[in-house]
Amino acid sequence: MAVIIQKDTKILIQGFTGKMGTFHAEEMIKYGSNVVGGVTPGKGGQKHLDRPVFNTVKDAVQETGATASILFVPPAFAADSAMEAADAGIKTCVAIVDGIPSHDMIRIKRYMRRYSRKEKMTLVGPNCAGIISPGKSMLGIMPGHIYKEGRVGIISRSGTLGYEAAQQLKNLNIGISTSVGIGGDPINGSSFRDIIEKFETDDETDLVLMIGEIGGPQEVAAGEFAKENMKKPIVGYIAGLTAPKGRVMGHAGAIVSAYGESAVEKVELLKECGVTISKNPSVMGETVKEVLDRK
Amino acid sequence: MDIHEYQAKEILSSFGVTIPRGGIVYSPETAENKAREIGGSKWVVKAQIHSGARGKAGGIIVCNSPLEVAQATDKLLGKKLITNQTGPEGKIVNRIYIEEATDIEKELYLGLVFDRSSESIMVVASTEGGMSVEEIAKEKPETIIRSKIEVAVGIQNFQARELAFGLGIEPELIRRASETIIGCAKAFSELDATMVEVNPLVISKQKQILALDCKMSFDNNAMFRRDKVSELRDKTQEDEKEVYASDRGLNYVSLEGNIGNIINGAGLAMASMDMIKLAGGEPANFLDVGGGATPEKIVKAFRLITMDKKVKVILVNIFAGINRCDWVAEGIVQALEKIEIKVPLVIRLAGTNVEKGNKILQDSKLNYIEAHTLEDAANKAVAALK
Repeated sequence: MAVIIQKDTKILIQGFTGKMGTFHAEEMIKYGSNVVGGVTPGKGGQKHLDRPVFNTVKDAVQETGATASILFVPPAFAADSAMEAADAGIKTCVAIVDGIPSHDMIRIKRYMRRYSRKEKMTLVGPNCAGIISPGKSMLGIMPGHIYKEGRVGIISRSGTLGYEAAQQLKNLNIGISTSVGIGGDPINGSSFRDIIEKFETDDETDLVLMIGEIGGPQEVAAGEFAKENMKKPIVGYIAGLTAPKGRVMGHAGAIVSAYGESAVEKVELLKECGVTISKNPSVMGETVKEVLDRK
Repeated sequence: MDIHEYQAKEILSSFGVTIPRGGIVYSPETAENKAREIGGSKWVVKAQIHSGARGKAGGIIVCNSPLEVAQATDKLLGKKLITNQTGPEGKIVNRIYIEEATDIEKELYLGLVFDRSSESIMVVASTEGGMSVEEIAKEKPETIIRSKIEVAVGIQNFQARELAFGLGIEPELIRRASETIIGCAKAFSELDATMVEVNPLVISKQKQILALDCKMSFDNNAMFRRDKVSELRDKTQEDEKEVYASDRGLNYVSLEGNIGNIINGAGLAMASMDMIKLAGGEPANFLDVGGGATPEKIVKAFRLITMDKKVKVILVNIFAGINRCDWVAEGIVQALEKIEIKVPLVIRLAGTNVEKGNKILQDSKLNYIEAHTLEDAANKAVAALK
């Protein structure tokens, strides 16, 4: 199965005809993702990359039956685009864009409360690398070839650190069922908890690698959820041991402002939840291997 | 983005919060005049720097005559104030705020922040004003009251009232207190703030509710729609290298160590710093050149790192995804044709076309140390210090 996206998932590109949208749509198509078209308001009726362009997400969904979308629109318009996707019935929306104001993210999440759990769109990101189910589909901007097909689920706030993990696993001949970049912003569409829950019920995932960092309560919330509700083992790594308190470390969300938000505190709290901690970022792959071998 | 106390006061005042009379000055002469203009017999001279705890650092002086105000201003202007929040290098005082002194009856705490757990705005208040919120949480946690603002509809009157009563404010002042709380909440929502703090919020002997010290921070990501707020940025309060970096689209944080870093991606940058620490070294900075690691960004990054005199080794760690290591390697080679590096350089490339990338570096005239894993890179960087 893999989680969130499958081989045949129909994908729309929002911000299709722009430079970023075009480049990454091409990469996704090359990877084998089922990109069925895109949206650029005002360019409806045109063709781009041999696929139809629509004025609205609603039109695009009606014509193509798309269930997933990926946003390549500037930060100022991203909230609007995400809400448009939710309203058009898109089930999975990935926001790659870095720089969405926090107030806008809260607005999107409040807006989505109008939908029932069943109808609700899964928003992933913003400020993330997207989702890949290796060998099946890519809804993101990652280098697809470093992801080997297999049975480990990855969830990462950081893009490049997620790549690092995928590469380490590949070098050890370990594959990945799905890798989800949830993004580096303080308020994001899906949390670690939201995604580990999906991995728990996925029959193609044996273990989850959770790559977190300083700032916010999310990693620990996921750990506590896992302690009560998960049978699959979790391996964790938290970046930012050396980060000073109160400073934003690149990601808008990577800032220590309260107890339990530093790397040391998160590691301790996660250990208490039964998460196996990778002692440094160079051995994320090896730690996963050890836990898999133990099973 | 942070702003000065007087700027936060101006903003909050426009949202209906009462502040003591005061004005900003840049010289002792104008300070003296300003004191006369404000009137009264007692003034407070407040150094404007982006830091709390100014009082303990000598940045706040109470004066009894306009002449004393001028002298205090003279003493503070141009001085570097070192507080527990500024780091050892301190922050320069270029602006002075002169304010009428307030007869304080009671000091309260009022703060608004983003609450990441509930994804809403949280109002935090306490009867123990004057202390930092961390101190209050530690020493008098039972005095803290909270109220969550539903952002879709904004703060409601009853919430403000509940907070005001919760602070033990006497009935005839409840309305003013509520208006103050609502004003802060409106400023937070309408200006894309990430933090509003009034500490202390005081009740004066004359039964006024006054914001005696104010702090506001704003969401950098929202500055595109907040022209007036972005104009309040004061670059003299930021680290020179951090300003240089932010002006060039680099994410940079200056640190105390001596191993300079150039890395793509914030997570990988933090992870590389962790590896340096575990290998027994100390990072001189956090620097994320962006996931793409374009050659232009790499040139800018090298220029920035070479500005930092404490850097004794430079570690470059790039995980090339879409953008290929060979391309990154060419970028590094070109960058170092323009910029002279006098300290050892460790380079670790990983990802797409890593062999090609390393080959380009090996074939260049570059004097560097090749590394292969994160751990290897950190170990070699620390070893190169000796």
